[in-house]
Amino acid sequence: MKNIFRIAVLGVLGLIIQSCGNGGSSDEKSGALTSNAADRVYVAPGEHDEYYAFLSGGYSGNLTVYGLPSGRMLKEIPVFSQFPTNGYGYSEETVPMLNTSFGFVPWGDSHHPDISQTNGELDGRWIFINENNTPRIARISLETFETEEIIEIPHSAGNHSSSFITENTEYVVAGTRFSVPYPQEDMAIDQMKGNFKGPLTFIAIGDDGKMSIDFQLKMPGFNYDLSHPGRGDSHGWFFFTTYNTEEAHTMQEVNASQNDKDFIAAVNWKKIQEYVQNGGGEEIDAEYAHNYFDHSTQSATTTMESKVLTVDPREVEGAVYFMPTPKSPHGCDVDPTGEYIVGNGKLSTDLTVHSFSKMLKAIENEDFEGDAYGIPILNFDSTLAGTVKEGGLGPLHTEFDGKGNAYTTFFISSEVVKWKLGTWEVLDRQPSYYSVGHLMIPGGNSREPYGKYMISMNKITKDRYLPTGPELEHSAQLYDISGEKMELLLDFPTHGEPHYAAGIPADKIKSKSQKIYRLDENEHEYAATSESETKMVRDGNEVHVYMTTVRSHFSPDNLEGIKVGDKVFFHVTNLEQDFDVPHGFAMIGANTSELLIMPGQTKTITWEPKKEGVWPFYCTDFCSALHQEMQGYVRVSGQNSNVPLKWTLDDEEIN
Amino acid sequence: MMKSIPFLMMTFLLISSSVLIGCKDNTNDESETPAEVNEVSNDAGSNKGQAFIDDDSENPNALRLAMDSEDHTTLVTAVKAAGVENSLVNVGPLTVFAPTNAAFDKLPDGTVEDLLKPENKAKLAYILKNHVAPSNYPIDMLEKNIEKGRTLYMASGENVEVSSDGEDIIVGGAKIIATVKVSNGWVHVVEDVILPKE
Repeated sequence: MKNIFRIAVLGVLGLIIQSCGNGGSSDEKSGALTSNAADRVYVAPGEHDEYYAFLSGGYSGNLTVYGLPSGRMLKEIPVFSQFPTNGYGYSEETVPMLNTSFGFVPWGDSHHPDISQTNGELDGRWIFINENNTPRIARISLETFETEEIIEIPHSAGNHSSSFITENTEYVVAGTRFSVPYPQEDMAIDQMKGNFKGPLTFIAIGDDGKMSIDFQLKMPGFNYDLSHPGRGDSHGWFFFTTYNTEEAHTMQEVNASQNDKDFIAAVNWKKIQEYVQNGGGEEIDAEYAHNYFDHSTQSATTTMESKVLTVDPREVEGAVYFMPTPKSPHGCDVDPTGEYIVGNGKLSTDLTVHSFSKMLKAIENEDFEGDAYGIPILNFDSTLAGTVKEGGLGPLHTEFDGKGNAYTTFFISSEVVKWKLGTWEVLDRQPSYYSVGHLMIPGGNSREPYGKYMISMNKITKDRYLPTGPELEHSAQLYDISGEKMELLLDFPTHGEPHYAAGIPADKIKSKSQKIYRLDENEHEYAATSESETKMVRDGNEVHVYMTTVRSHFSPDNLEGIKVGDKVFFHVTNLEQDFDVPHGFAMIGANTSELLIMPGQTKTITWEPKKEGVWPFYCTDFCSALHQEMQGYVRVSGQNSNVPLKWTLDDEEIN
Repeated sequence: MMKSIPFLMMTFLLISSSVLIGCKDNTNDESETPAEVNEVSNDAGSNKGQAFIDDDSENPNALRLAMDSEDHTTLVTAVKAAGVENSLVNVGPLTVFAPTNAAFDKLPDGTVEDLLKPENKAKLAYILKNHVAPSNYPIDMLEKNIEKGRTLYMASGENVEVSSDGEDIIVGGAKIIATVKVSNGWVHVVEDVILPKE
């Protein structure tokens, strides 16, 4: 039998060598292969991708990490949603990450990731992402690929024109898509017009990445949809698209499309920064959570803040202007030079491009066509650089390749259109499958885009993949944009609903990616950094178990003295110090989740035993050859029993 | 144990034959230009666009409805000539004002023929987009728009007036003579072409 098998294998190998050997070695053949889409996305086993792509998970609340050009998903990073896979939002250490002024919020709607920058170039320190529903901004470390900080945005609603970063990571912005009473108060909804506000929040970023709200700009009650920072000459400015300048409070699908033009708000944040540094602005009441994960204690804490500085834009001369932009603009994109500001009028066929230098001139000449709530409206023609005509139907977002070209998605006509900056001529168009929303070119929101690949993230999947019932994952398509024409290379499903994405060359971050947590730096309050430190401690009906894991046992692995009605805290420290040796911990009947503990980490999960008996726990991660042996028992006695606490390993008491 | 021998042999035969076939194909490819290879992959059944997906929806979409109507052959010809099929089949919501063949016949002689010429593709597309509102406008909503003095925003970028004449609703000068709910919005059949202002 074995021999026959070997013969079969040899036969197959032999045939492959015989029939394909010649073709593979000829230069002519490899020349033909390089033009082949399959070859261009093929990353050989063991090889790495050229780029990281971070795709927002949309209503998953998370951030997914992909490799390009392969389209392989590398990781899902939990951010705004509980993630039972590793215990995020369930473990005692991470529950505070999801605290808000509304209490514990287990879910979020993540939207627009953006990577930190230095001098207008991606620096790969952190990635930020906004939560749209309960307004928050998160910062994720690109060393640990873990969420380190979440700050709630007070007085905001629909945190959509966020979380875009200025070119030296001075600020991350958070705009308000749904204008609201500012501050919140009980009032009749139809009193919205003139009474609601759309605060734009500027969050200062420290050298260590820590976020703090510097000021809120009290803008008129329009819908602030998307934004991008100026760069180069326009560094110091931020641009926000607005729609519903009609200030309709109902049936916006009709009532918000009545004005021929809405605005792009141009905000000179440097002026406002100076103003607040000189004591400008008014401190008002605010209630918001600031959650921070400390790597030394491996625990998150929540601080409730109570004040925010608000700035009336009319008080700071020359700080805010409106540029009229046709047809409810959605995306607000700034080209790599910082000169062009693109408004993607989502109900239009055309794109409106404003010129930063013309805008400055118009401001200098006071070339205004009126004002909105005291904020000057610049004359449309005096800021207009050009119009991209007949691009398609329903433009949403634009990215840039750094070679003078722009790429715009058109939702309704379902295509990506390439056009030239300056001449505004359409150069190429490719269908998307189907109804594309965002697109991403690595470094597309910076001075230095990497114009080799572009991915389109599509809202409709229908028949792209093997059918999986009515609910489908969204689709993304990868295009090679290095030539004159865009070439579709690959189609891959994505998780949740990727709104935006951010990409970066892999070599900018891969060498910094952390492999383990050092046990000698573990300052967790309940850590046991050796088996001799493991123990059980009772405090009323709470029992703290200091537990360790190492290949292939728990210490202790026999626990007695726990009673029905107790609340048991399993503080599990993974003693491993080797790369990629996590251990899991799962307890029968726990009303929480498992723990997945990386080397050197301590994580805690609670368990409230309800039934007497002897109950097993086990390691959920196939950690080692004796993984199946990695288990233990907890004896649960009656509420009034006198069984003493006892913790043992190999039938020996530990200390 | 012995049972698996025929299985292995089968596997062997299958693998070897597929390898042979695979390599034969590659050999053929070598003689073709890379462009042709790419063209083949783009012709895959699912790469034609949303207009060609066969779904189970009981309601046809706006394009399918027009294609199935004997009274809208001119409109369908124009949609194809302008290459805007995929704009009529997306999730919408869309409201399409669909001129009948008779409506097109009312235009001066030669107008339709002229618009169908390839050099007038952009002009034709503009006129067609002037018949599509990217929003839901059933009859009662149109009536409300008249009452509240709201115009209809069309995909062409123009705002079109809506008014009433007795029981009739007039959109951009064209009277609505029938209404059909479609999977991606509404189709109102109109007896005139809504000529753009620009």
